[in-house]
Amino acid sequence: MGNYIPSTAGERQAMLEAIGFDSMEALFKAQIPEKILLDQPLDLPSGLSEKEVRSVMEAIAAKNHAFRTIFRGAGAYHHYIPSMVKSVVSNETLLTAYTPYQAEISQGILQSIFEYQTMICELTGMDAANASVYDGASAAAEATAMCRERKRTKVLVSAAVNPQVIRTIRTYCWGAGAAVVLLPAKDGVTDWQAMEQLADGETACLYVQHPNFYGLLEDVETAVRLTHQAGAKLIMGVNPIAQAILKTPAAYDADIVVGEGQPLGMPLSFGGPYLGFMACKQDMVRKLPGRIVGETTDREGKRAFVLTLQAREQHIRREKASSSLCSNQALCALTASVYMSAMGPQGMAEAARQSMSKAHYAAAQISAIPGYELKFSGEFFHEFVTKSPIPPEEILERLECEDMLGGYPLQGDLEGCILWCCTEMNTKSEIDQLVNVLKEVAEQ
Amino acid sequence: MKLIFEASRQGRGCSLLPACDVPVYALDAAAGRKNPPRLPEVAEIDLIRHYSALAKRAYGVNDGFYPLGSCTMKYNPKINEEIASLPGFTRIHPLQPLAMSQGCLEVLKLAEGYLCEITGMDAMTLQPAAGAHGELTGMLLIKAFHQSRKDTKRTKIIVPDSAHGTNPASAAMAGFDVVSIPSTEEGMVDVAKLREAVGDDTAGLMLTNPNTVGLFDKNILEITEIIHKAGGLNYYDGANLNAIMGKARPGDMGFDVVHINLHKTFATPHGGGGPGSGPVGCKAPLAVFMPGAPIREAACWADTGDQELEIIKRAAAEQAEGTAPPPKNDEEKEIQKAAKELLARLQQAAGPELEFGPVSPLSIGSVRAFYGNFLVVVKALTYILTLGKEGIPEASENAVLNANYLMSKVKDLYPVAYGKHCMHEFVVTLEALKKETGISAMDIAKGLLDFGIHPPTMYFPLIVHEALMLEPTETESRETLDEAAEMLRKLHEIAKTDPDILHAAPVTTTVQRLDEVGAARHPKLHYAFPE
Amino acid sequence: MNYPKELFYMKSHEWVKFLDDATALVGISDHAQDALGDLVFVNLPQAEDAVTAGESFADVESVKAVSDVYSPVTGTIAEINEALLDSPELLNQDPYGAWMIKVVNVTDHADLLSAEDYEKMIAEEA
Ligand SMILES: Cc1ncc(COP(=O)(O)O)c(C=O)c1O
Repeated sequence: MGNYIPSTAGERQAMLEAIGFDSMEALFKAQIPEKILLDQPLDLPSGLSEKEVRSVMEAIAAKNHAFRTIFRGAGAYHHYIPSMVKSVVSNETLLTAYTPYQAEISQGILQSIFEYQTMICELTGMDAANASVYDGASAAAEATAMCRERKRTKVLVSAAVNPQVIRTIRTYCWGAGAAVVLLPAKDGVTDWQAMEQLADGETACLYVQHPNFYGLLEDVETAVRLTHQAGAKLIMGVNPIAQAILKTPAAYDADIVVGEGQPLGMPLSFGGPYLGFMACKQDMVRKLPGRIVGETTDREGKRAFVLTLQAREQHIRREKASSSLCSNQALCALTASVYMSAMGPQGMAEAARQSMSKAHYAAAQISAIPGYELKFSGEFFHEFVTKSPIPPEEILERLECEDMLGGYPLQGDLEGCILWCCTEMNTKSEIDQLVNVLKEVAEQ
Repeated sequence: MKLIFEASRQGRGCSLLPACDVPVYALDAAAGRKNPPRLPEVAEIDLIRHYSALAKRAYGVNDGFYPLGSCTMKYNPKINEEIASLPGFTRIHPLQPLAMSQGCLEVLKLAEGYLCEITGMDAMTLQPAAGAHGELTGMLLIKAFHQSRKDTKRTKIIVPDSAHGTNPASAAMAGFDVVSIPSTEEGMVDVAKLREAVGDDTAGLMLTNPNTVGLFDKNILEITEIIHKAGGLNYYDGANLNAIMGKARPGDMGFDVVHINLHKTFATPHGGGGPGSGPVGCKAPLAVFMPGAPIREAACWADTGDQELEIIKRAAAEQAEGTAPPPKNDEEKEIQKAAKELLARLQQAAGPELEFGPVSPLSIGSVRAFYGNFLVVVKALTYILTLGKEGIPEASENAVLNANYLMSKVKDLYPVAYGKHCMHEFVVTLEALKKETGISAMDIAKGLLDFGIHPPTMYFPLIVHEALMLEPTETESRETLDEAAEMLRKLHEIAKTDPDILHAAPVTTTVQRLDEVGAARHPKLHYAFPE
Repeated sequence: MNYPKELFYMKSHEWVKFLDDATALVGISDHAQDALGDLVFVNLPQAEDAVTAGESFADVESVKAVSDVYSPVTGTIAEINEALLDSPELLNQDPYGAWMIKVVNVTDHADLLSAEDYEKMIAEEA
């Protein structure tokens, strides 16, 4: 049985006596009513040695299958992770520190967050970023709260947004009593015609994802124009890798940018921990949720960093704070910084270009197979949707036999379609193999 | 020290990706960005040294004593990190077929079950990413519960004035009005005031027990009953669960919803601020409102009503257990053959053993994407399996012992805000010291920095003036506590004899006290690149 | 500490200066700015918003605290002091020059203290 308590039985007894008790029972009975104290052990297994627990957990991990080749994204992306990333984020100190409340001994953590904020501002072109939130979906939900005012509470969301993000926005807005209205999609992209009727004086914001859930680029210019015409804010959900080459949200005049930072060096990990990033224009900085680090000086005039604008936050503003965010995803933000530093501007752009090029190569090859076609015709980044008369399960099971995780089978209106993703991880020969398997399935 | 942008040199970089092996796709220029992001251009050695230097300017649990009250900065075992980095966990796509994610589902299912047992709850969701996220989730469950009963006038959440800021903030995010009730002179919930505060508009109460002054509220059963009688629900902030694991359970104290901080109580590292994990548990009547899809045994084992299939399944189960009798006739032979095939299909992942059931139509939805901070759950599960039913209460016992021991060594100089004994943490007030010497809680904290340990939590809870909150945790040795007590005593002496030293502290750190006013008045939130 | 005679004060430490019967300037007192410490931000309402005597219309932030500011009068905000948005330190440097809102159509006011009574109240609190 393991525990991590250094004191020996003798030491414990001596300490108990030093505080005037003869047993642990007495110490607890002095404070907790007997009625509540458990009179029997918890129904848990007995503790294990490290050796035993290792084999138990390894056996559990072995029940998972890590695919050799992955053509699936849909919100979680398989990118190359440089060795430097793991090396830095396993650093004992960085791993076991907490929120840098004591700035004088936390300059390393504070500076790393400041650098991260700078990198997010660079990717998005925005004026300010926070130190991270739970994930991309909750970042989107938090962003809608930043836009709500007394008279403007309605939240418009494009139907071409990742369904998990829509669900999260709905849940947060339901809590806050704000209406969420979906803007329909047509040909895989948002149908801006509907905007004229739906955007009004009560609209707080529009949330649009670019590239959207189907991988397609949206007409962000129109989105911004119509949103601002209605006096509302535009929130853009972006993919951070795509942002290395795509026009910046700032250049589109977006008000807030959020996204899932997982592609920046975080493994797939069955969905978490990931990274919610958030950035905004100057005039909304004080509405950002969570921690923010700023530059200042110490008593001697030395440059230093500190948690700042704290009066926005729960520990000061309590029920008037716009968010209750406290612990965030700091180590994931660090992961992203190390990733972006290791890749550099060229490496990031290369990862983006290769992902896009491979997706276009795969799309062209797949759509050339008789029976397969691209569902949508719009420009896309690294994900695309195909349609074929063959049930997706059949295709995907066949791919699994080749140790390939195929695209994501879509539901609802797009039942029968598959959402594929390519990244720099997929070699040409893997894509060719994928195409061959699809051909075989089609010919059967 | 330089920012990484200042260390950047144009043209430097690391060789990480091969050349593109497909035709490069040319993006329409209108969709592309004009200038590349000004990310650092550094060589591998530059990068590694930069982050090593940053790490040297930080302080973690592995560097020394970290008695940051309310945060449970216990030691983070190495085995947990190693297990969480197994490719069998890290390389699993969250949307891959469940038959190939059985290990992940098993982790979630086991963790849910153990956490239910530890807290006395009936259902658990692992989706929330931290404590405050759990609070929001829990508040939404309470809202959904009242709405489902058309009890829409319940708009108020009662929160004691000693509560952590996330409590009122989370309640407000869920659309509730917050009613603050005062604490008594003993630092407990004022039961009389609570009775006055409840009514048919009470949606619920948020409480942590032991509370934020480190005391177990003896009236807890009365308190939760007052809320129940008024028609409200009780929410338990699990930030202080490390005091009572295996000794008492929120579920037995009248709480209906709880959150747990895996990054506190279950020894997962704090990562410089996160990621954490804030599972939420609830009693059975609230389970239908939980976010996400419930994990369950695959339907193929559930009763289908198809008699023939049921016979085969029973036979398969017997085979799996090795208790199948030899077949007596052809019919039984056939059944056993079919059972064998079924078993093979199940075992070869043709049909998963665990699966996600349908999302309840009454579910609050999702508070994030996917299933939570999965790898954090892996670490916490490893920890629970290591400690087991013996180690878990032992951890709490020693957390309480260590806190009382440290308190006993300093309380003559640092008056304890409330109570004679404490649970896993205690709060001292430096109000008198400040009046006498001008030395504040902050000054003492800064003095501790010069002694090389992390200061306690300062100025929380708000009901204690000049508060320092100390939580040593069970993973500290007696010597560490003795040394910390010595330091605190020494600082008290300095406060009286040479307070200027403390006003000037810290002087041994890489920077001295900062201009926080300037930082907030004129925020500089990113590096100003030279134009 | 300085409490100009021509102003009226609230117990919650705001001052009001009546420019005429229906127009007033509102700010926080010298005592308030001193107790709050270095102010780093002011959340002001918008022009044309209504204010009600005794109700909060703004808040001021120091590094570690936020405090509501209550209106001494009922009326409509004609103007806010935009200089405070960039320079909250004006509230510390010149509390009576740094008015926060100008209210017109004043129809009502809260319980107000004269400078003398206000000063007495503060002396008693200390
Ligand atoms: C009493 C209490 N409640 C809630 C929280 C919030 O937890 P988290 O930081 O995980 O969101 C904290 C943590 O700091 C706490 O101390």
